[in-house]
Amino acid sequence: MSGLDSVLSVEHLGVTFETPRGPLPAVNDVSFTLSGGETLGIVGESGAGKTTLATAILKLLPPNAKIVSGRVVVEGVDMMSADPDTLNKKLRWNKIAYVPQASQNALDPLYKIDDQFVETVQAHSDMSKKEILARASELLLQVGVDPVKLSSYPWQLSGGQKQRVMIALSLILNPSVIIMDEPTTALDTIIQAQILELLRQLREFQRMSSIFISHDISVIANVADRIAVMYAGKIVELGTVKEVFSDPLHPYTQGLLKSVPDMRRSESFGYIAGLPPDLVNLPPGCSFRERCPVAVEICSSITPPLENYGRNHFAACHVVGGRRVRGEA
Amino acid sequence: MDNKVYDVKDLTVYFKVKGRGSKLFVHAVDGVSLSVERGVSVGIVGESGSGKTTLGKTLVGLIKPKSGEVLFEGRNVFKLRGAETAEFRRKVQMIYQDPFDAIDPLFSVYDAVAEGLRALKITGSREEMDQAVYGALQTVRLTPPEEYAKRRITSLSGGQRQRVAVARSLAMEPEVLILDEPVSMLDASVRGEIIKIMADLKTRGKTFLMITHDVATVKFFAESIAVMYLGKIVELGSSEDVVAHPLHPYTQALIAAVPVPDPEVKVKSLAKGEIPSAIFPPSGCRFHPRCPLAQEICKTEEPALRAVAKNRYVACHFA
Ligand SMILES: Nc1ncnc2c1ncn2[C@@H]1O[C@H](COP(=O)(O)OP(=O)(O)OP(=O)(O)O)[C@@H](O)[C@H]1O
Ligand SMILES: [Mg+2]
Repeated sequence: MSGLDSVLSVEHLGVTFETPRGPLPAVNDVSFTLSGGETLGIVGESGAGKTTLATAILKLLPPNAKIVSGRVVVEGVDMMSADPDTLNKKLRWNKIAYVPQASQNALDPLYKIDDQFVETVQAHSDMSKKEILARASELLLQVGVDPVKLSSYPWQLSGGQKQRVMIALSLILNPSVIIMDEPTTALDTIIQAQILELLRQLREFQRMSSIFISHDISVIANVADRIAVMYAGKIVELGTVKEVFSDPLHPYTQGLLKSVPDMRRSESFGYIAGLPPDLVNLPPGCSFRERCPVAVEICSSITPPLENYGRNHFAACHVVGGRRVRGEA
Repeated sequence: MDNKVYDVKDLTVYFKVKGRGSKLFVHAVDGVSLSVERGVSVGIVGESGSGKTTLGKTLVGLIKPKSGEVLFEGRNVFKLRGAETAEFRRKVQMIYQDPFDAIDPLFSVYDAVAEGLRALKITGSREEMDQAVYGALQTVRLTPPEEYAKRRITSLSGGQRQRVAVARSLAMEPEVLILDEPVSMLDASVRGEIIKIMADLKTRGKTFLMITHDVATVKFFAESIAVMYLGKIVELGSSEDVVAHPLHPYTQALIAAVPVPDPEVKVKSLAKGEIPSAIFPPSGCRFHPRCPLAQEICKTEEPALRAVAKNRYVACHFA
């Protein structure tokens, strides 16, 4: 699966949390690559492991989390074996930046925006304060925020403005990869549309690669070249947006596509009944089988592997596999 | 008697801006007239800051208007007395965005659902209370209800909590439910289930007012749509009509901003910038600073909400 020009590769990554109820495998054997200039969308419902995956890639996991398998390579550098100094001064922010979930709240309410730029950048480079502020003004203009806002406090900005500031902040050291975790979820649709347009423009001007995380598959359709569908810690489908939206293979992906309203249609939208499994007591077999409309016996004993169905379209499902083998679908 | 549950006449709600000696007001709702027929659910759509939540709270009597009237079943909501008040408080239920945000972590689902009944002393015996609580949980598909009733609110998923919030209102056997962003905080995969549960309630005679910034949700839920911008209704009509042929540039922007599950179709942002402060609403048409079609007249003259067809209203000089 790894391309020659890949800027990021994630190989068999596994992350487990220590919890009072026992080990919780939040990310399980996840692999993918990201090419230069590409946007990968990651979709999945709450608890699927999207944020855990993002923070594991940056090695910013909370103390009760452990990387139990795999590795992450950013532009040829192994994040796992890098020492803390290399991580902070050469990798994080310099090569790979992060816009955290609910990042409107990530800005410290006690400090003005300019101070937050200076502090963040100085933790990761030795740019002077003057350079930082000049670059910050430039970037704010680019993301549609008046640079006078540098001397504002976060609470003086709207939700949309704060999100734009966070995007500018992530761009400041010209990273090759940006990971954005639910960057538009808290915003009204009109402001969300503005941010999605902004991200499309940024991609045209800079050969930025990014990972865009959302629980809303329609939002992913607006920004991604490829999409990874996560369920209970695993990637269950992976492919180009063209392939996955026109020919979704996994029943979970099919369910997600039916759960979102489509304004162009007259029939209403559905939902996926039930809840994801308890990750502390994961039953054997496919994690989706209890909610799956097409599950068969084998699904409750053997975990389906992620298999290639052509044109780099992967899915982890016994039923799809069986049908394709028999030429039924 | 006509079939109106609500008749809102020229409603204006201002809030005084905090601060000593302040003479400034937030023009939260500014001259809204709206009538709601029994069985015809209405979606009130607009961005945050457009006054939707204030309108909802005024309709349930929580906020006193500066002027105008709110009639519920023909009676002024702010002039009810004694038994009338209790009846109104039962008949109309408002469900807030993230209703259990600050809930006592020891609260059980049972406590949450029974809270309103206890407050209004509606049910007498323990059996009656059980029946009301379990029945409501059953309706929102938290089954078996006896099991769910014992759980703590804090142990539930977002979608389940929202269902408890609906159950809590249902236990009161209301006629009208006012919902403030009932699904926007929820995972996309469970929104449809909440909508389905509420659509079933519509067939059982309940009337809904759904407040949201997401026009896609109301398109599939409400019979009519009122679009609000900075305290005013700018467009009104049947959902089908408004979505198929939006007349106001603001409605057009709301619709163009909704993503669809198709990578060939991208959202467009037609409205520039952000909603301005309601302390100093723009002159003329309040939308003019963000409007792609604005002309000179829009800065000076406020367009009235006028009828353009049967049950179809718009406030725009060029629509
Ligand atoms: N610090 C933690 N300690 C223990 N368990 C955790 C911790 N953080 C996350 N988890 C668990 O790991 C799993 C994955 O959570 P994660 O936050 O990565 O999901 P997500 O897909 O980002 O969800 P959301 O859409 O809600 O943001 C969940 O079961 C969650 O409860
Ligand atoms: Mg997350």
